[in-house]
Amino acid sequence: MMKLSLGPILWFWSRQSVFDFYAKAAEWPVDTIYLGEVVCSRRRELKPDDWLELARDLKACGKNVVLSTLTLIESEADLRRLRRFCEQDEFLVEANDQSALQVAIRNKIPFVTGPAMNIYNTATLKVLARQGLQGWNLPVELGKETLAQLINELKAEGLDLPAEVFSWGFLPLAWSSRCFTARHYNLPKDNCEFRCLEHPDGMELRSRERQELFRLNGISTLSGSRYDLMRELPEMTRMGVSTVRLSPEHIGMDQVVKRFDQVRRGEMPATDPLQLVEAPPCNGYWYGKPGMEQELLS
Amino acid sequence: MELVCPAGSLPALKTAVDNGADAVYFGFRDSTNARQFAGLNFNETRAGEGIEYAHAKGSRVFCAINTYPQPDGWEQWKGAVDRAANLGVDAIILADMGLLDYAANKYPDTPRHLSVQGSATSHEALSFYKDNFDIRRAVLPRVLSIDQVRSVAKQSPVELEVFAFGSLCIMAEGRCYLSSYLTDESPNTRGACSPAKAVRWQDTPQGLESRLNNVLIDRYGPGESAGYPTLCKGRFEVEGMVYHAIEEPVSLNTLDLLPELKALGISAVKIEGRQRSPAYIADVARTWRQALDRLHATPGMFSVESQWNKTLAGLSEGGLTTIGAYHRKWK
Repeated sequence: MMKLSLGPILWFWSRQSVFDFYAKAAEWPVDTIYLGEVVCSRRRELKPDDWLELARDLKACGKNVVLSTLTLIESEADLRRLRRFCEQDEFLVEANDQSALQVAIRNKIPFVTGPAMNIYNTATLKVLARQGLQGWNLPVELGKETLAQLINELKAEGLDLPAEVFSWGFLPLAWSSRCFTARHYNLPKDNCEFRCLEHPDGMELRSRERQELFRLNGISTLSGSRYDLMRELPEMTRMGVSTVRLSPEHIGMDQVVKRFDQVRRGEMPATDPLQLVEAPPCNGYWYGKPGMEQELLS
Repeated sequence: MELVCPAGSLPALKTAVDNGADAVYFGFRDSTNARQFAGLNFNETRAGEGIEYAHAKGSRVFCAINTYPQPDGWEQWKGAVDRAANLGVDAIILADMGLLDYAANKYPDTPRHLSVQGSATSHEALSFYKDNFDIRRAVLPRVLSIDQVRSVAKQSPVELEVFAFGSLCIMAEGRCYLSSYLTDESPNTRGACSPAKAVRWQDTPQGLESRLNNVLIDRYGPGESAGYPTLCKGRFEVEGMVYHAIEEPVSLNTLDLLPELKALGISAVKIEGRQRSPAYIADVARTWRQALDRLHATPGMFSVESQWNKTLAGLSEGGLTTIGAYHRKWK
């Protein structure tokens, strides 16, 4: 059966909110949970040891736990935190940057790659497979055609590398050294007053015609529409996708997981609208179109 | 420190060489490089002519094959690496791990440079590329502050090249999918950001509007000068405020930092702009040549001539320049 994963939290939530969220997630029908700060090195409500403790708790609840690393590494301090995750052997590591790859490989720690790792072809997967790659995420801008080819080529090569697809949530699209939240408040990044805490689902960026374009989230920019491949799940199962990734939101996540769980079991999910942060849907990337577009399933 | 200049065409290449470029970089006329523009770039014959011209004048030539091939494009991208190696370029600038692996195995004697699109921002990441593909040099993304560049340079296992002048990418290069979110092309997939085919200009009663795949990127009032609608440089609304929420249209200019970059042991400074005209290349290359020569002749006494900055500002987006992320406060 298709596996469900809960991606790392992309937003900045308070320490208590994070613990509350995972206390509930422990009860949800997700197979894998990714833990760790992947966006901003200034977000330290949880220390590496807190994440490790949480990882042990969730493992004890039967979850497969993976530790996720920062996407944009800028300093020695970032590397020090990275090493805490890439030098332990209790948990699998999700490398989101080549720095993490290097440290994990040097320490012979098995790893998977997150959606910001640029894997566009089989030759790249083969390079990483030689080094300990256990699974990989499709980059968000790629669609089903490329994925199908990659899965078939891997099969032909006799390589067993489970593929995961970011399937629900606001798409992480870009990372900068500049903090756009701090910029909005006219604050320097180094003294940002941690304003991201006030925006548990980011800040909407709209065109001057009020079209939702992006969500600003600290140094990262996410899609303004919510990627939703729930209806595509049967197709992904047929293609041989191993896991679909759901990206945490602070409202309604239990209902989202429940519906994906129903769909993977072949049940018809309820059709009444979910109580979620309001945003239009999109699925363009999956169909090889501009990411923001919404293809209607015939 | 080497001056590396862009060559979007044979005339631009010759102009760069004639105006003091130590090295020029070019791409083939397709999606295999990150400046895929109509009418730009080189076929094999023109590339051969360019390499001959540059080598005769003592300049080196690098070939950029720095987009990410998908299965459908693998043979084409591999073919580009074959062509570059057979043409006798002095280095191939690559980003994709699969292609780096191919080039390292098939053409071990053709040096490999890691493109800025390879997103290496730490000495650990640089070591990854060095250990796996034996890269000789890496181009650092435009996201590091000068202190961070210093720290990377101290432990880097390879030569470093940094951006000196030109359009300012504000996102970590190689990991920005904003363009393919609004259009169907991105730097990684097609070598295009905010592609011209998706741009539309429209005069309206509210002002001149620039659109990208129908999305309103900016609207200009009377007297405001309009720029190309690169999507991250538009004016948008965030919580009721309309402003350049991501970045203003400005260019990067690091003339002031030259002595420091030299002290850090940076091997080369790179000029952005293969999409620019030969006239632009001439002015920029000449100015930077003068600056580098001055730095070399009188180290410790280097100062930026106001004429240099004036020339460069005149060639910049919106007539403005910044040292960008090199200055921590910019962030």
